[in-house]
Amino acid sequence: MIRRFTGIVLLTLAAGLAFAADRVAKPVIAIDKPGRCVEDTALMRRDHMKLLMHQRDRTMREGVRTKPHSLAGCVDCHASTKTGSVLGPQGFCQSCHDYASVRLDCFECHAAKRGMAAALGAKR
Amino acid sequence: MSDAGRRGFLGTAAAALAGVALAPGIRLIDLAGARAPDEPASGKVRWGMLIDSSKCATGCTDCVSACATENGLQDTGRPKTDAQWIRKIDLKDLRSGRQHSAPVMCQHCANPPCVDVCPTGASFKRADGIVLVDRHTCIGCRYCVMACPYKARSFVHENLSAQKPEVPRGKGCVEGCTLCVHRVDKGGTPACVEACTSAGHGAMVFGDLNDPASPIAKRLKELPNRQLRADLRLDPGVRYSGV
Amino acid sequence: MAAVVHRELAAEAWRFYGPVLAIGALVAAGFAAFVYMETNGHFVTGMDNQIVWGLPHVFAVFLIVAASGALNVASVASVFGRTQYKPLAPLSALVSLALLAGGLAILAADLGRPDRLVVAMTHFNLTSIFALNMFLYSGFFAIVGVYLWFMMERRMHRYTGTAGIAAFVWRIILTTGTGSIFGFLVGREAYDSALLGPTFVVYSLAYGTAAFLVVLDLASRWDARAFDPETIAKLGRLLAVLVAAALYMTAVFHLTKLYMARSRDVEAFLLVQGGIYPLLFWLGQIAIGGVLPLVLLYSPRTGTTRGGVLAAAVLVVLGGLAQMYVTIIGAQAWPQPIFPGWQESSSFFDGEIHSYAPSLPEVFLALGGVALAAALIAVALKALRFLPESCTDSSSQQHTSPQARPR
Repeated sequence: MIRRFTGIVLLTLAAGLAFAADRVAKPVIAIDKPGRCVEDTALMRRDHMKLLMHQRDRTMREGVRTKPHSLAGCVDCHASTKTGSVLGPQGFCQSCHDYASVRLDCFECHAAKRGMAAALGAKR
Repeated sequence: MSDAGRRGFLGTAAAALAGVALAPGIRLIDLAGARAPDEPASGKVRWGMLIDSSKCATGCTDCVSACATENGLQDTGRPKTDAQWIRKIDLKDLRSGRQHSAPVMCQHCANPPCVDVCPTGASFKRADGIVLVDRHTCIGCRYCVMACPYKARSFVHENLSAQKPEVPRGKGCVEGCTLCVHRVDKGGTPACVEACTSAGHGAMVFGDLNDPASPIAKRLKELPNRQLRADLRLDPGVRYSGV
Repeated sequence: MAAVVHRELAAEAWRFYGPVLAIGALVAAGFAAFVYMETNGHFVTGMDNQIVWGLPHVFAVFLIVAASGALNVASVASVFGRTQYKPLAPLSALVSLALLAGGLAILAADLGRPDRLVVAMTHFNLTSIFALNMFLYSGFFAIVGVYLWFMMERRMHRYTGTAGIAAFVWRIILTTGTGSIFGFLVGREAYDSALLGPTFVVYSLAYGTAAFLVVLDLASRWDARAFDPETIAKLGRLLAVLVAAALYMTAVFHLTKLYMARSRDVEAFLLVQGGIYPLLFWLGQIAIGGVLPLVLLYSPRTGTTRGGVLAAAVLVVLGGLAQMYVTIIGAQAWPQPIFPGWQESSSFFDGEIHSYAPSLPEVFLALGGVALAAALIAVALKALRFLPESCTDSSSQQHTSPQARPR
């Protein structure tokens, strides 16, 4: 796991160097709680929105709140230790979405700050 | 049931409810209609509520404040546009002067007009009878607000912040009482019922209408009760007695 | 039958761009109002949790209803075989499309989440009259679009009649759908009547014909085209019949409501005690929008003149707006009875008459939709051959010579 994490850091650094001339600032992906996410990093990067969507429909329409792919779970783990939020220029969600220029409207309704996820059973 | 018997039963029921309020984990199994947490809500259960207006004091707003706290409803100082998921309606019979008070919220109809009129299907009824709004597909047309006979739907008129993690809310969508679905899914009771019970009023009972052994089903059998606007045949899950 | 020559709007330079700039400014103001409302949220409007549909909806529903009726002239020409109206049929279809676009734009701009319009086009709940209307509106655009093409493309002329029938049937269903948005709301005492569907159909015929007459008059004034008084007089007579029919439907609707004890209170509110609503009903809908136009249209002095018919048409439009205000806002101002027979009061305004005052952004949004319709018409008139060379119909009358004669 540590190797994987180091790999990501190195990759990020390498990518950062490679595109250092870019005018768009690289996203700051500060992971305060390094460790394994609910799925592999590669899968999360590519498909987190699909996982969220699936969990959302299961939760809302069927009332199943046990699966780990909840938005509250993301926030609980990834909210910054400084701001307590996944938003803000350096926030885990917003920094990357800004960079990728993908609209992030989850948090117009959902709480962006770390809250009560322990009670949600979202963590394993 | 004799008077004493009923009193005894009510006492037991109240104690059971109080116990429930103290130990939410236990109640999951206790109350009828319990399902495993990873099992989808099913039509075997019909969640409902019984409101006994004879025990509901005029001026008491314990249920309303509990709802606001639980669901993060804020007072913006603009009462005409503020959302109200539950409110106390004071009633007066003009001829006799007889007065009542009762909380009114989404009645969780079996045939909900809000669901019928919603163009995108954002208003929906869960298998266990809870009527909800899918805020991901709500376009904010307010047709459901027009259609609801109980004035149970509110439109969010401004940007919100500091929402509760379990109760997402946002500008431009319509919302209403969720029957505290996030609590019910974990075996809890709605915040209003819990507040009414723990304050000792006992004017609200929550439970599975389909389970004849549930406290609510037993109370419904004992107390004369009715549905609001029963003439519309919407079959609401909330029943009222004493009014 | 000799071909009628249609020409683009010939008004030059400032005569064209002056009015277009004014219209454009109104569209821009509407757009600004939309952005303002959507960034702040609807609390900046006069709408609230009691009056959820306000002035924008009054204008939007009026435009949508009038859109259907604006097709009257085309229908009369292609479906009912009155060939003297044929030269005006393309304009009739254009006005119809433009009014519908303007009305729908207002509705879309007023949504709480207009960014999710695509959701409304991809998720359909087929028990919803709104969802059905989305099919009816888009279908209307398609059918009237094809109809217009057939009318304007010589090679397709022989299919015009078929397209005209399809458009006619479709718009009757469409307006029934629009009226049913309100008719099927059982929880509101002022609605809850299947009569609203057919009533809206009849209203649409009157409002649409009136709106068409106003556009026709303004357009032909714009580049000073000749105007055939006989066509105008005939259209005026058509309008008179439709206005009378609208009055009849209004009377039947309210009389049935008055007959039923359960809706007497709300009728007393709307017709007598409700302040602005009885005023708008009697003075606006009945006097200005009904009786006065009938007097103008049937009086021998004004009934056949261009000025008289135009004045009647303008009054019918104003009366129609008043009717929509009473139908949409008056109905919401009356509280819903949750415990019938009891006097209700609460922090959520139960049991109270709800007040409503439109805010400036709402006014601009509403007018912006009207301006959008006007802009679409203006651009189309300038770019394409919609208007007959002179607004006379003599060339298509069987008993006159094919040559258009100045009168």
